[in-house]
Amino acid sequence: MPRNIIDVTDLSVEEINELIATAEDIIENPAKYQDACAHKQLATLFFEPSTRTRLSFESAMLALGGSVLGFSEANSSSTAKGETVGDTVHTVSCYADIIAMRHPKEGAPFAAAQYSEVPIINAGDGGHNHPTQTLTDLLTIHREKGRLDNFTIGFCGDLKFGRTVHSLVNALSRYENINFVLISPLELKLPRYVKEEALKKKGIPYTQTTDLESVIPQLDILYMTRVQKERFFNEEDYLRLKDSYVLTPEKLVSAKQDLSILHPLPRVNEISVAVDKDPRATYWKQVKNGKFIRMALIMKLLGIEV
Amino acid sequence: MNIDSIQNGVVLDHIQSGKSMDIYKYLHLDQLDCSVAIIKNVRSDHMGRKDIIKIDSPMDVDLDVLGYIDSNITVNIIRDGKLVEKKHLELPKKLVNIIHCKNPRCITVAEPQLDAIFLLSDPAKHTYRCAYCETAIDKKF
Repeated sequence: MPRNIIDVTDLSVEEINELIATAEDIIENPAKYQDACAHKQLATLFFEPSTRTRLSFESAMLALGGSVLGFSEANSSSTAKGETVGDTVHTVSCYADIIAMRHPKEGAPFAAAQYSEVPIINAGDGGHNHPTQTLTDLLTIHREKGRLDNFTIGFCGDLKFGRTVHSLVNALSRYENINFVLISPLELKLPRYVKEEALKKKGIPYTQTTDLESVIPQLDILYMTRVQKERFFNEEDYLRLKDSYVLTPEKLVSAKQDLSILHPLPRVNEISVAVDKDPRATYWKQVKNGKFIRMALIMKLLGIEV
Repeated sequence: MNIDSIQNGVVLDHIQSGKSMDIYKYLHLDQLDCSVAIIKNVRSDHMGRKDIIKIDSPMDVDLDVLGYIDSNITVNIIRDGKLVEKKHLELPKKLVNIIHCKNPRCITVAEPQLDAIFLLSDPAKHTYRCAYCETAIDKKF
């Protein structure tokens, strides 16, 4: 059976630390890795639109000397003819050495993994999981803070449907002495099962609030998220909640000077463009880090060491 | 009331009172040709009242289904009129095609030919989660 990454907890803490170390080595010595995946092929199966994730996977494979194939929307695959996820993946696994897959339905990569002969990486399944974004976030935190423990992190925005939030809470719950502050409208609170499994069972402290400004001074990391239109069945609810939080330079006045502001992107208006100039804005570095951690992950799943 | 004892078959005992018809349905006992007796509201020292099902033919009982419905049920195997085995149940760690995910965003709803797989996540609360989307399902019984 090939090794799959469906959920970030499919990787042990030790494996995540190794991936971060490899990614940091790639950043320092890119030439060392330029032929690491020569003659290997990555298939990117994107049943749902994406800019960053798909391009960063493709860029990662190309930077490793490999090649890429795939599709960027369901309509350009046999899914449009009614083919199942299992059959599509079974077919593609005959052509590629590794598959990165995004799908709007939750659990689709888990289903795909039952049929694939090559490793599957979940590149996002609906509102459920997005493990490579989490690895990107962990690498970014590590590069900014020099550690993955002993800090206070605030998650702000849509914590209910925000899969990046669920995955990152899960991943960070395995490190020591992290204080979680959950900032959201009442309707978009972190799901109870995530709190139960990741925090309560392990006795990890957390605070829930609707007021960003009251908690911003205590944060070392602020993880902003977009209220995602595509996750709502009812447009009225989306319109009512979409502007719940807008981070502006004024709101950052009381924040720590070494705060790191992360965002999985894309943003709509939850971070004002004026914040981009603030040295605490880390989200563009985060985008870049996404490529390096995906390079490390592709190598690991293909069993390639440099 | 007298129900004849069986020679070769299965007796499901300690069924929570009123739940025997659910078990009849989930074990597809309606498809059997043999005699099946459902005895309801039997007096019990332990339970107050209980239900019993007697199946007058040897059969492989799906212990996962029974364990999920009620892990307090005991399964008695009868051969030549004698009790030869008494099976005590436990909550199964994995359920396959017994319950189905209700999350409209789950891939198993869009592609119902996939096996419906649930994993036991909290034995104390009898909570199962869909292996695909992790949606919890409330115990139906």
